[in-house]
Amino acid sequence: MTSEVENKPVICTESAKELVKELRASFATGKTKSYEWRLTQLNAMVKMMEEKEPQIVAALHDDLSKPELESSIYEIAMLKNSCRLAVKNMKHWMMPEKAKTSLVTFPSSAEIVSEPLGVVLVISAWNYPFLLSLDPIVGAIAAGNAIVLKPSEIAPATSLLLARLVAEYLDSSCIKVVEGAVPETAALLEQKWDKILYTGNGRVARIVMAAAAKHLTPVVMELGGKCPVIVDSDINLQVATRRIIAGKWGCNNGQACISPDYIITMKDYAQKLIDSFKCELERFYGKNPLESKDLSRIVNSNHFARLSKLLDEDKVSSKIVHGGERDKENLKITPTILLDVPRDSLIMNEEIFGPLLPVFLVDKVEDSFDVINSGTKPLAAYLFTNKKKLKEKFVATVSAGGLVINDTTVHLAEPTLPFGGVGDSGMGAYHGKFSFDAFSHKKAVLYRGFACDAFVRYPPYTRGKLGLLRALFDGSILGIIRALLGWSKA
Amino acid sequence: MEKSIAELRETFKTGGTKSISWRKSQLKALLQLINQNEDSIFKALDQDLGKSPVESYRDEVGVLKKSVTYTLSCLEKWVAPKKAEVPLLFFPAKAEVMPQPLGVVLIFSSWNFPFTLALDPLIGAISAGNTVLLKPSDLAPACMSFLVETIPKYLDNKAVKVLAGGADIGERLLQLKWDKIFFTGSPRVGRLVMAAAAKHLTPVTLELGGKSPAIVDTLSTTPSKAKVTAKRIVGGKWGPCTGQACIAIDYVLVEEKLASTLIELLKKTIKRFYGENIKSLKNISRIVNKHQFQRLVNLLKDPDVADSIVYGGSVDEEKLVIEPTILLDPPLDSEIMSEEIFGPLLPIITLKNVEESIDFINSKSNPLVIYAFTEDETFKKRILSETSSGTVTFNDSMVQFLCDSLPFGGVGQSGFGRYHGKYSFDTFSHEKSILHRGFYPEIEPRYPPWTDFKLLFLKLAYQFDYFGLILLLLGFKRS
Repeated sequence: MTSEVENKPVICTESAKELVKELRASFATGKTKSYEWRLTQLNAMVKMMEEKEPQIVAALHDDLSKPELESSIYEIAMLKNSCRLAVKNMKHWMMPEKAKTSLVTFPSSAEIVSEPLGVVLVISAWNYPFLLSLDPIVGAIAAGNAIVLKPSEIAPATSLLLARLVAEYLDSSCIKVVEGAVPETAALLEQKWDKILYTGNGRVARIVMAAAAKHLTPVVMELGGKCPVIVDSDINLQVATRRIIAGKWGCNNGQACISPDYIITMKDYAQKLIDSFKCELERFYGKNPLESKDLSRIVNSNHFARLSKLLDEDKVSSKIVHGGERDKENLKITPTILLDVPRDSLIMNEEIFGPLLPVFLVDKVEDSFDVINSGTKPLAAYLFTNKKKLKEKFVATVSAGGLVINDTTVHLAEPTLPFGGVGDSGMGAYHGKFSFDAFSHKKAVLYRGFACDAFVRYPPYTRGKLGLLRALFDGSILGIIRALLGWSKA
Repeated sequence: MEKSIAELRETFKTGGTKSISWRKSQLKALLQLINQNEDSIFKALDQDLGKSPVESYRDEVGVLKKSVTYTLSCLEKWVAPKKAEVPLLFFPAKAEVMPQPLGVVLIFSSWNFPFTLALDPLIGAISAGNTVLLKPSDLAPACMSFLVETIPKYLDNKAVKVLAGGADIGERLLQLKWDKIFFTGSPRVGRLVMAAAAKHLTPVTLELGGKSPAIVDTLSTTPSKAKVTAKRIVGGKWGPCTGQACIAIDYVLVEEKLASTLIELLKKTIKRFYGENIKSLKNISRIVNKHQFQRLVNLLKDPDVADSIVYGGSVDEEKLVIEPTILLDPPLDSEIMSEEIFGPLLPIITLKNVEESIDFINSKSNPLVIYAFTEDETFKKRILSETSSGTVTFNDSMVQFLCDSLPFGGVGQSGFGRYHGKYSFDTFSHEKSILHRGFYPEIEPRYPPWTDFKLLFLKLAYQFDYFGLILLLLGFKRS
C-alpha cells in the first residue's frame, strides 16, 4: 500500500529482510552498546521535541483533532520526561548488579549484567501516536539496541512526521522508521527480531505473538480492556467526577487504553453521580460540546461507525441520559452517558475506546468486584472511596495491570510503577527502568576460582560423598564437619 | 482433562491459594514428599536414566530441597508489596507494586532432570499462589509415574494436578487457555508452545537449549589448575546425565598447540571417573531411549566425523550406553557441530588463538551458557561484552545452576524468561501497580477549558519545576 501523500518506498519481505540485515550489521559493530551513543540519541530526541513541538502538535491535530494541551502535555512533555529520566539514570541502570552467593558455590562471586537484546521492533498505536512510538524507543535506546519503529497508519500525519524526524535527529544506521499498513507490518513480522513491543488490540496481538513464536522472539504486549471505575457514595463527588472526566474525555476523548471505560455505582447513588457529571461536563466543554476545541475527534469513520453501533443497539439507545449527539462529517460524538445498561449489551462487553460512558448499577458497592471479575482482566481499574476496607478489598481482589484509588490514569506518569497489563490486557511492562529492563537481557555471571575444588562433585560416587553432599546442600557447617569425619549417615 | 482444569480454575477463584499459609503448607508438604521418598526417587531415576544416587542427589534431590527451603525462608518478604517513590507533585499519594498470582498455570517438564525440571518450577508457581497443572515428560516414565502417584498424596489435589501422557496430551493441553505456560525442552517444541499460547495471549517462559561452549585458556597456567580445569570439563560434560543436559558443555574451544595436552588430561580424568572402557563404565547415566541413542550414533556416522574421534566411540545398543567420546576438529559443517549434541560426545575445536573463540561462538545462535576457563581479566571482559548467552560461568561448569540469586534462563534461541530463587516467584506473578491518591489538594489546571496558563502550569509540573510553579502561581511568570 503506497501512501496517498507522496511516493514512499513500499516495504516487502525482501526489503524487510535487507533492513534487518543492515541493522544487525550496525548492531554487530557495537556502536549502540556504547554509553555515548545512547546518550547522544536520547539528547537528540529531547532536542527534536524542543525544536519541532509546533509540527508535532499540528500532526496530532491533523490525525486526531487533539487539543494542543493534550499534545503538549500527554505526548510531548511525558516523552521528554521519559528521555530525561533515562539520561539521568542510564549509567546506573547499565551497571552490573551484584548477586549473593551461598556456601554451595563457595568460593565464588556473582553478578547480573544487562546487555541489549539486539535488533528490536516497536509497533505503535494511533491514539497517542507520538508517545507510544517513541516512549518504548527511549527504553530500547537506553538498553543499547538497534530499532525499527512501525507507527500506525491510522495516524498518517504523525507517522510521516516520525519518519522525517527520526531520520533527521537520530542515527539512521541504527534506528529506522517503516511506514505502512497491514502488508508492511506482515513483512516486518516475518523477520527475526530480538524483541517485539506491540501496543494495540488483542486481535492483532495474537497475530504478532504467533509470528514471534516462529523465531522464539520474546514480546511485550500493551493491550487494553474495559477499565472500570467503581464510585462509592460518601466521597467528594465533585473531585471524583472531574477526575473521571479528565481520564475519560480529557484523554483523547476516551480513545485511550487506560481511559475509564464504564462506571459501577449503587442504584441509589446513580442520579447524584449523573447530575454531577452533567454539571462538570458543561463547565469543561460548554453547552455545545460539538463545538468545543478541547475534545479530540473520533479518529476515523470506521471507529465512528463502531461507536455508533454501540449506541444504536436496541436495549442501549434508550439508556442515554446525557449527550448522544453526533456529527458524522466532522467525526464528533458528544460526551455521552448511559444509565443502567444491560450486562449483556455490546457496550458492556467490548472495549469502548470512545466518548461513551455507561453507568452500571449494583445494589451495594461490594458487588462491583464480581462484575469486574466476570470480565477479562483490564489494563487499569479505578475506585473512588473513603472506606479503608473497601480499598483493601479492591487491591486484593481486582486483577488488573494497574490500580488507582481516588483518581484515574495518573499512574501512567509515575515512572517508578511498571506499566503493563495482565491476561487479556497484555504481558510485560515498561516506563522508567522497566523500559530499560524490557529491552535488556539480564545475563547471569558466576566467577569461580580454582581453589577449594569440591571433590564431592566428581565420581567415583560413594556413600560418603552422598552424605557430604547432603550436608553441603543443607548449608550446615556442622553437618559438613560431621560428614567429613564420617559421622553422618549417607 | 477439561474437568480437571475447570476445577483448578474454581479453586483459584475461591482465593485459597493466595493465602501465605496455604502456600507454605504446600511447600512444606513438597519437602516432606522429597524427604520421605528419596529412595523411590533414586530408584526411578536409575530406572529411567541410569543415574547413581550421588548424581541424583547432587542434581535433583538436593537441588529441590535447597530450593524449597530457600523459598520458605523468603516467601513473606517476596509476597509483601514494594513501595514505589512518588514525586511531590502527586502529594499526598502512595504508590506500590504488589505481586499477585497469575491464576492457572501449566508446566511442561523435560525428561533429563525429570524431578528438578518438574518440581522447581512447581515451587515457583505455588509460592506465587497459583493453581498448577504439571505435565511431566513421558520419556522418563518411571519418574512420571512416581509424580502422578505421589504428588496427590502430599499436595492439595484441588490446586495441584499432575497429568501423565505423551505428546498428544501435551497438544490437547495447549489448546486450552492458561494464565501462564512454563516450558522446558527443545526450541522446536518451544515454537509450538508459544504459537499455541499466542491464541490466548498467554505469557510463556521457555527454557530451551543450544550449544553451550567451554573456552579453555588455563592449560598453560599451573599443572594443578590445568587438572582442575579438566575435571570441571569432564564433570560438566558427562556428569549431568551423560551430557543430556541443557547446560552441559556441548563443545570445547582451545588453542591448537594445547589441544593434545587437553585431550590427555581429559582422557586421564575420564578413565578415573568413569572407568577404562565401555565394559567397565560406571558412575555415569545412560542414554534415555533408543530414539536418542540412534540420533547420537548417527552423529558419528559421517566418515569425517568418525575420523576425528580421538577417544571412545564405542556404543552398546542393548544397554543404551555410549562411552565418553572425544572428537578433535570434526568438520564445522557436520551435524555434530551444528545441532545441540545432548549426549556424551565432546568435540574439541582448535583455534590459532584462543581469542578467536568469541567470533566462533557468535557465529552460532545464543547458547544457554558460555563456560570460560581463563584467568585473563581482559579476555573475561571481552567475553562478557562481546558474546551473548543466558549465563556466563568463569572457571567452572554447571554450578551456576545452584545459585538462587542468579536468574536462570536463555536469550535468543536458548529461550526467554528465567527462574530460580525469587525469579521463580516473579515468573509466576503479575506485578500490579497501585496508586493511592487523596481528594485534596486539587490541581485545577488538570481540567478544561484549556488556557495558556494551564498549559504552562502543566509543562512546569511535568518537569517537576516546583520553583517555576511557585513563580507562575505568584504571577511572576507569564505564559
